Parts: sequence; structure tokens; C-alpha cells
Amino acid sequence: MISKPALAVKDLSVVFDDENNSIHALENISFNIHQQEFVCFLGPSGSGKTTLLRLIANLIKPTFGEVNFMFGHQPKIGMVFQQPNLMTWRTVLENIKLPLELENEDKDIANQKAKDMIELVGLKGFENSYPRDLSGGMAQRVGLSRGLIHDPDLLLLDEPFASLDALTRERMWTELSNIWQAKQKTVIMVTHSINESLFLADRVLVLTQRPGKIKLDMQVDLPRPRDEEIRYTSHFGKLAKKLRDAIE
Amino acid sequence: MPRPYEKIMKTSLSRLLGLLSILLFIPLWELIVRASDLPKFILPSPADVWTRFIKALNDGSLIYHTSITFIEVLLGLLLGTLFATIVGYMLAKSKTLEKILSPYLVASQAIPIVAIAPLLVIWLGDGILSKVVICALIVFFPVLINTIVGVRAVSAPLYDLMNSLRANRFQILFKLEIPASLPVLLGGLRIGATLSVIGAIVGELVDAEQGLGFLLQLGDFQYDTSMVFVAVFMLIVLALLLYGIVTLLERRFLKWMK
Ligand SMILES: Nc1ncnc2c1ncn2[C@@H]1O[C@H](COP(=O)(O)OP(=O)(O)OP(=O)(O)O)[C@@H](O)[C@H]1O
Ligand SMILES: [Mg+2]
Repeated sequence: MISKPALAVKDLSVVFDDENNSIHALENISFNIHQQEFVCFLGPSGSGKTTLLRLIANLIKPTFGEVNFMFGHQPKIGMVFQQPNLMTWRTVLENIKLPLELENEDKDIANQKAKDMIELVGLKGFENSYPRDLSGGMAQRVGLSRGLIHDPDLLLLDEPFASLDALTRERMWTELSNIWQAKQKTVIMVTHSINESLFLADRVLVLTQRPGKIKLDMQVDLPRPRDEEIRYTSHFGKLAKKLRDAIE
Repeated sequence: MPRPYEKIMKTSLSRLLGLLSILLFIPLWELIVRASDLPKFILPSPADVWTRFIKALNDGSLIYHTSITFIEVLLGLLLGTLFATIVGYMLAKSKTLEKILSPYLVASQAIPIVAIAPLLVIWLGDGILSKVVICALIVFFPVLINTIVGVRAVSAPLYDLMNSLRANRFQILFKLEIPASLPVLLGGLRIGATLSVIGAIVGELVDAEQGLGFLLQLGDFQYDTSMVFVAVFMLIVLALLLYGIVTLLERRFLKWMK
């Protein structure tokens, strides 16, 4: 399969200037991502992973370098944040519907899509709850639903499963895998978990301690679909070891 | 959190207490009148005030003057709130603008409204207009401050969310900034509503041919103290009415806070 390029990041550097000190968050980052590729970023805390996602989403401008999209149109972005980042005044349903509202989607269609999504992430019965009545994991699932609802071209996920329990997390991995395969999306996901990255990604990039540089760019040549069992294969172990060594 | 029935018990108990204290107030007042034996033009009895109330109600004067004051209060509140939220929003969005304007805003607060009310009446006449402007002025500052605080407190990650979805300014305003700052905005409106009543009375006391302030002064001149009491009670009713409206708005729009 010859896949088309999705985005090219070139010589990216970010320096945050405060009043008395400047923080060099990212240094000389370059990589290309193909359409429909699932890429994970691993790296220690403070290595600039969130910053990288914010750059790609065009929420901040780089100090040097550039991000170029090659979708042929402005890609639609779905972003899932490290914190659930919900609107406290909106119910679960209304929070999930937000991206559709911003696209002026028909009300009934939006409601139906949101309800299907709620079903998918196991939040049935909580449609009309407000965020303050949700557990951390439930809130995170609402955030994830909101990132997916408008069928984005590019999904940016910032540790979306960090606050879920192991069981839910693994269910969400499978769901995300299925959605990704069914809808042919390009996904960039930040995570701390080696298992998670190997379970989901086509490719894992490891960032170094601040300032973040790319230390390793590794293809994950595990067969799909991947299930629990794959973790006990020797190839999985080899890849995991390679990542662990790179993370320092 | 108390269990539901405990909560209901608590609220109905506190309501009962409130009602009781109002009911006890009238006999206590009557008692003081009888014990002190003061002349009617100094301290009228509840019955005197009631009679005066019925009379003013029947000759239409009470309704007329109350509605004049109500219109002044309401228009002033709306006008003041409108300008304060617009200016407040601009100040919240621009540090430069805030730096330029804040000395004037702070200075304007140093001038007591009572001091400039006569000026405004001279400039704008003794009709409704001057009172509306006084109300608007007195309402302006607290609503302005609350708007700035409210808009500044909108969480930065939610702006990130809206921007990642390419929301336009209009959508950011109506789907993020207004709902996010609404609790603080309504808090400002609550303070403004009370102040607006004060503004109208200050204006009417300076010079007016109509309104509750005028009635108050008329009663004073004519030693018709019962009339003064009636006017004061109407003012309380007015203030409570506005307070109730704001509370209704909060119930309607801040359901999620409970
Ligand atoms: N807006 C900002 N202003 C100043 N410094 C910032 C800003 N955003 C990030 N930084 C700094 O840049 C560095 C990288 O931050 P970033 O949030 O990208 O790290 P991260 O890899 O996502 O970490 P974590 O795994 O803990 O989420 C940190 O040292 C952080 O303090
Ligand atoms: Mg982060």
C-alpha cells in the first residue's frame, strides 16, 4: 500500500520566554506522517509532547520551523486533552455535541450521533449529567467522544487513557483501534505507556528529556488486529525493550 | 451533603422562620406605637399605614409613582448593564485598553453618585431621563468589574478546544465566553439591581415631579408620615422584585451549579 503524506514537520523548535527565564521545550524536530498512520509519541514528563500537539493543532506558533499539512484541504482536527477539559455548564450529551454545533450540523443528526457515541464509550444513562457528577475516567471518555464525534481527518490525543482503570483502558484501546481502522484516520497520540503505544501504533517516536529531540523513530511491525495475546510474543517484548532503553 | 428530605426540612424550616419574623414584626411595631404614644406624624401605627396604602392605591397615585420608579430602575439597570458588559468585555480582552482606561474608571468611582446627581438633573432635566442615567451610572461599575473578572476567568484550555475546532469569534463568544462567565455576570447584575433602586431614589430626591422618591418627599413636607412609610415599603417590594428576577435568571441559566 502506497500511502499519501498527511503532514510534514520541519526543523521545529519552541522556546517559551518568560520574564526572567526562557524554556527550550522542543529542539529541531522533523518528521513526516502518512495519511491513516497511527503514530505514538513517548517521552518523559516535560519533554514537550503536549507542546508538539498544540503546534500541530495551530494553537501556538513555533519559534523556528514549520508544520505543513498535505491533505489537500484544511484538515479537520479532533483533539483530546490531557485533562478532560469539559464545559461545566453543558451536559455530557451537549459536551459531546459541541464540535457538530460549531459545524452547524442539523440538530437531530447531531443528537443521534452523540447518542451513538455515548453508547460506544459506555456512558449510557449519563447523557444528561453534568461534568461535576462524573468520575475522572468518565469525564475523560466524554472528552474522547467529543474528539471523535465530528469525524476529524487528524486525531490529536494527549494521554487520553491516563485516568482510566486497566480494564476500561484496554476496552478503549480496542474501540479506538476499531474506529481508526474503520474510519481510516490519521492519529497522533501522546502516551506514557509502552504497552499502549505498541498495542495501537504503526510507529512510535521517542522524545528526549527537555529540550525534546527525537531519539528514536521505530516502526511497530506487529500484525493487526492486535489482541491481549500479542503482549506475550517475543517480538512484542523485543520492541518494548527497545523503547524502554530509548526512554532512559 | 444532606439527604434530600433533610434538605427539604431545612429549607422549609428556614422559610417558616422568615415568615414568622415578618409576622412578629407587625405586632411589635404596634406595641412600640402604643407604648411610646408618639404623635402619628412621627410614628404611625401599622393600621395608619395600611389605611394610607389603600387610599393611595385607590386614587391611582401609588401605582403611578411606583411604575415610574420601576421604569427608571429597569431602564437604568439595562442601560448600565449593557454598557458595562460591552466595555468590560473589551477591557478583559485588551490589557492595553485596560491600562489606558483604568485611571478614569477608578477616579470615577471616587466621586459619590450623590454628589453628581444634582448636576445630572440640571443637565438632563427633572424627568425620567436624568434618573435613568443616574441608575445606569451607579450600576455600571460593579457590573463592569464582574464582567472583567468573569471573562478573564474563562479557562485557557477551553479556548484551545474552541480554536482546535476552528470556532469563529462569534461562536467563542456565545458558546464559551458568555456561558462560562455567566455566574459572575449574574452576580454583578444582582448587585446592580439593588444599586439601581438606590440610584432612582437619589435622583428623585434631588428633583422630580413623579416617582416614589417624589412621594417620599411629598409625605415628608406634608407631615404625612404614613405616606413615607408606604413609599418605603413599595421600594422594598421593588428591590425584592428585581432580586427575584435575578434569582429566576440564575435558576434558569445556572442549573448545572444547583
Ligand atoms: N505556555 C507555556 N509557557 C511557558 N512554558 C511552557 C508552556 N507550555 C509548556 N511549557 C514548558 O515546556 C515544557 C514542555 O511542556 P509540555 O507540556 O509540552 O510537556 P509534556 O511532554 O506534555 O509533559 P507531561 O508528560 O508532563 O504532560 C515544560 O517545561 C513546560 O513547563
Ligand atoms: Mg503533556
